[in-house]
Amino acid sequence: MTSAASGALPNEDTAIPSASDLVIRRLVLWHFVAALTFVFVAMLAGLLFSFQLIQIYPFPGMEAFSPGRWRMVHTNGVAYGFIANAFLGALHWAVPRLTLRRVLSVKLSYFIFFAWQGVLLATVIGLLTGYAQAVEWGETPIFVDPVALLGLILVAINFLTPILKAKGPMYVTLWYFISAFVWTVMVYAMGSYVPEFFVGGTASGAIIGLFIHDLVGLFVTPIGWGLMYYFVPIILKKPIWSHGLSLVGFWGLAFFYPLNGIHHFLYSPIPMFLQYGAVISTIAVELVVTTVIINFFGTLRHRGDALRTNLPIRWFYLGMVFYFTTCLQCAFQVTLTFQRIIHFSDWVVGHSHLVMFGVFGFWILGFMTYLIPRLLNSAGWYRPSWNAWHFWLTGLGMLVMFFDLVIAGLIQGFMWKELAPWEATLTASAPFWLVRLFTGIAIVVGQLFFFANILMTAIHKRSIEPAPTPAGGELEGPSVVTA
Amino acid sequence: MLESKSTVFLVAGVGFFVLAFVVMGLLPWMIYMDQEEETLEDLVAKGIPHEFVELAERFPEQFSRHFPNGPTPSSFGDALQLGHDIYVAEGCWHCHSQQIRPVSNEDLRWGAVSHPSEYHNVLQRPVLFGTRRVGPDLIREAARRSNDWHIAHFYEPTNVVPTSVMPNYPWFFDEDGYPNRKGMALVAYIQWLGSWLPEYPYYQGEGPAGARSREGDEAALETRRMEGS
Repeated sequence: MTSAASGALPNEDTAIPSASDLVIRRLVLWHFVAALTFVFVAMLAGLLFSFQLIQIYPFPGMEAFSPGRWRMVHTNGVAYGFIANAFLGALHWAVPRLTLRRVLSVKLSYFIFFAWQGVLLATVIGLLTGYAQAVEWGETPIFVDPVALLGLILVAINFLTPILKAKGPMYVTLWYFISAFVWTVMVYAMGSYVPEFFVGGTASGAIIGLFIHDLVGLFVTPIGWGLMYYFVPIILKKPIWSHGLSLVGFWGLAFFYPLNGIHHFLYSPIPMFLQYGAVISTIAVELVVTTVIINFFGTLRHRGDALRTNLPIRWFYLGMVFYFTTCLQCAFQVTLTFQRIIHFSDWVVGHSHLVMFGVFGFWILGFMTYLIPRLLNSAGWYRPSWNAWHFWLTGLGMLVMFFDLVIAGLIQGFMWKELAPWEATLTASAPFWLVRLFTGIAIVVGQLFFFANILMTAIHKRSIEPAPTPAGGELEGPSVVTA
Repeated sequence: MLESKSTVFLVAGVGFFVLAFVVMGLLPWMIYMDQEEETLEDLVAKGIPHEFVELAERFPEQFSRHFPNGPTPSSFGDALQLGHDIYVAEGCWHCHSQQIRPVSNEDLRWGAVSHPSEYHNVLQRPVLFGTRRVGPDLIREAARRSNDWHIAHFYEPTNVVPTSVMPNYPWFFDEDGYPNRKGMALVAYIQWLGSWLPEYPYYQGEGPAGARSREGDEAALETRRMEGS
């Protein structure tokens, strides 16, 4: 399958509809702007919390600025505000192109856009006024959950209709999307309702473990990889290296990923045989991930120069390196040996930041870098060098934060085991928390370069010259025919 | 066939998810299904910790305003529920776990290893195992520290523990500096955590009758398990 579009060519039509008729470009842009707004809020929330950890909180003793509540805004803002919005935008770009059909209803798309922002605002307000639910990452207040779930169902219907109507074999991306729509609805329903209303106690721990893990594994991961299978071949202008490996990657993920949940609560009162099962299936995921990584690096073969000349590709592949790192790390940290030391420590915090931001956040920033000038009808970026600053500040900030937190986690874990006084473990963590604050600031400043560039590109789009030839690393890259 | 819409939708989308839910969610659920979930009344019926009575003695005027019935079982039930709700709303559980693992010397630091039966009550719905410890675990916190310690600590943790990174919670206090209904409820909840162990608190050598040892606690939990309670 050499191009995404040709695979989904309908048999009865001879003329291929033009993408501009199928895609609601304005909505893609709106979703991206919403995503960037929420990621900024979520990052500020993270910064606030990291100030608390070094004992210089700017708003002490103010109920609405309680760090504990803003921590939930940080995690929920990233998952539902940043990643969900960015994915919805990208889905609006990719699905009509892959199916040669519009979404079910344009009106519904607009409705979903506004409803989703309403859900997010209600979530933020609910969390800040003390209506959180005790499910990690599912803190969304109980009264918001039904609306959010209805929204996810509408999203699924809106995108599944063109996919299921399209004739002919499906491209890899669509396998991931179909299952992701089904999974996301079920995962959200499970996490929001089962532990709260149906199962309590130890068994609810198993369900919460499934929810935490499936939110990453069955919502973010499949849509993220689906988009990589879409954007990488289009930008590199060559097909994915191995269709067989694509199959292994998809089916391996679909089978093993959902079984991982309980690895979040190893050595807990949950029965040990289930913990062993979760450990084994987690290690299996690492093997599957390796095949996907091999497939994508095989695709990059003979086009390695793109890493230097094309910024979106560089974001994507840095994200993939981080993905492999985080999955390899996971295969070790999930073992009972590692769990003795690193569970409950900053090691895990480092791991989750690398997954959610270092991988999926970077992919999102990558395809935004690729799409935003197109969405603005601009020939390129206002200042390509600002995008390079964005990349390097964000990438280095993330890398340093990861190692900082992993080392801090090891120190904490061993000090706990050695029965050091609790206060001593705080003193030992303090320098690492200071470094983490600075890495956070670097990341936020990186995003400011990006925001400024978007704004200036929108203002000056008529006077921007198209980038001549890819050279120097910070260029927009080869122009790509988007059909 | 592996690429057809129906296979992807039904097998990967629905099938594998349901399989995982059955194996990893429904199975643990079924294992504990026969154990009755304890209601708030059941929990209160086991006894009111001394610390709750002490709150009433320490702050008589404020306590009678916030809990007009005095330190009775019904007041304690209200306090536990409210304390739990604050614990969730403030995100306490993001930095304090409620489970003692059998590794990493956690039993030496905190006490008996956690047992499934300890979580079968309405205040562990959803369960508050926790995933991160910035502060210490709290499931064995009952009577470890005094009410006064907790009250001073909630007002400004660094006054009590200079290196603490816990936020201040002045909204648990009245304008005159006494703990309000929220503050008292949260202290009552924290002081209750682990009080169900027959021999608590073993580390202070006092409390209700019985052998005061970690081994004693673990033996009691084991008996409870055998009896299927």
